[in-house]
Amino acid sequence: MSMIEFKDVEKYYGDFHALKDINLDVETGETVVLIGPSGSGKSTLIRSVNGLETIQKGQLIVNGQDLADPKTNLNRIRKDVGMVFQHFNLYANKTVLENIMLAPRLVLHRDEAENKKVAMGLLERVNLVDQANKYPSTLSGGQQQRIAIARSLAMKPKALLFDEPTSALDPEMVNDVLKFMREIAQDSSMTMLVVTHEMGFAKQVADRVIFMADGQILEDSPTKEFFEQPSEPRARKFLSQIVH
Amino acid sequence: MWTLFQSHANEFISGFGWTILSSIIALAGSLVLGTVFALMEVVPNRLTNIIAKIYIEIVRNIPLLVITMFFYVVVARVWHLNGFAAGTIGLTLYTSAFIAETVRAGINSVDKGQLEGALSNGLSWWESMRYVVLPQAFRLVIPPLGNQFISLIKNSSILAFVAGMDLMYQANMLSQATFDTFGPYIIVGILYLILTMPLSYYMQYLEKHLAQGGA
Repeated sequence: MSMIEFKDVEKYYGDFHALKDINLDVETGETVVLIGPSGSGKSTLIRSVNGLETIQKGQLIVNGQDLADPKTNLNRIRKDVGMVFQHFNLYANKTVLENIMLAPRLVLHRDEAENKKVAMGLLERVNLVDQANKYPSTLSGGQQQRIAIARSLAMKPKALLFDEPTSALDPEMVNDVLKFMREIAQDSSMTMLVVTHEMGFAKQVADRVIFMADGQILEDSPTKEFFEQPSEPRARKFLSQIVH
Repeated sequence: MWTLFQSHANEFISGFGWTILSSIIALAGSLVLGTVFALMEVVPNRLTNIIAKIYIEIVRNIPLLVITMFFYVVVARVWHLNGFAAGTIGLTLYTSAFIAETVRAGINSVDKGQLEGALSNGLSWWESMRYVVLPQAFRLVIPPLGNQFISLIKNSSILAFVAGMDLMYQANMLSQATFDTFGPYIIVGILYLILTMPLSYYMQYLEKHLAQGGA
């Protein structure tokens, strides 16, 4: 079953054609990595999946609901589709624990004791229990990003979107975040769409790799095939530039 | 001067009380109303944005005295309003337009990732504002809001024009009754300073404190 399905999607920013004729199908439980040069539309594509960007043409069906339909309730989609950002976007006015507990309390009306138990369990998974009552600004980027992922997981989502989750991190912080993401990908029911430049992560975890340039999907191949023999010349060139 | 104050202490104290009462009501009212209009300016709904913008632009660009007279003379014909009520309503509406602009500026200076994070987490737009964006916006605009409140206290002297029984009104009355055109105004000037100076110093303290990332 498809979790995320793009059908002939077009997106413009004024005159700029940001997404061109996008057709993409992400199955439930799949991990798909999206790569490409900057400005290729990767972020726009992933941000449109939970309605942070609106599309102008085509259909975008997420968890059975069409985002192009104005009657679709975006909150219902976002409840089931978490997002992790490059700059973490943790709530600056809330403690770590409150960051994780806020949405389950407001949106899922989760019982307070249960909510706290789930949140502390997630913090334990990322080894940050001792930071529970601190504010995000006092933590390192790697810690903040793991908390941001935990915050998304607390909603028990069906899918997670990652928009360059390690791009703003110091190199020594990257591995902790990738390790956590790898663990999440092992859950066979979790659908993951990941924009990243981490080719090692893509090779290990992705079921498929999508290569984008100039707002188009140029290649959509199983991971092994993509890295061993990319059919698209631009993908080949891109790989030779970033894989060392 | 002291004897003037002593012999008319009742009037001064009563004026002082009405000025404080009017200021407190207008402060609370304009803060609520201003925040509502600020939210209406940023909500993703074109019509609501326009309504808020029209309200703010009109109210902000009419003299406070004209707004107050409108309530005292025009509106009071339909609903009974005394001078105090008309003046306080005028003061509330007038200040709310400035507060709306201040709060909107605060909302806009909160990193937009905060709203996106909250929305992506499943919160509605209102919940995102209520729990994430507004608390941060208010923290940013405490100093300019404080200045609005100091202006509000001074502007409350508008009540004198509509028989609002406030400090300025008492000064006018006394100066006419005693033919002393100097003393009563000096005394109410001092009484206004007693209200505004501590607030002003508190704001300077807060501004320093917030700049250092405290509070």
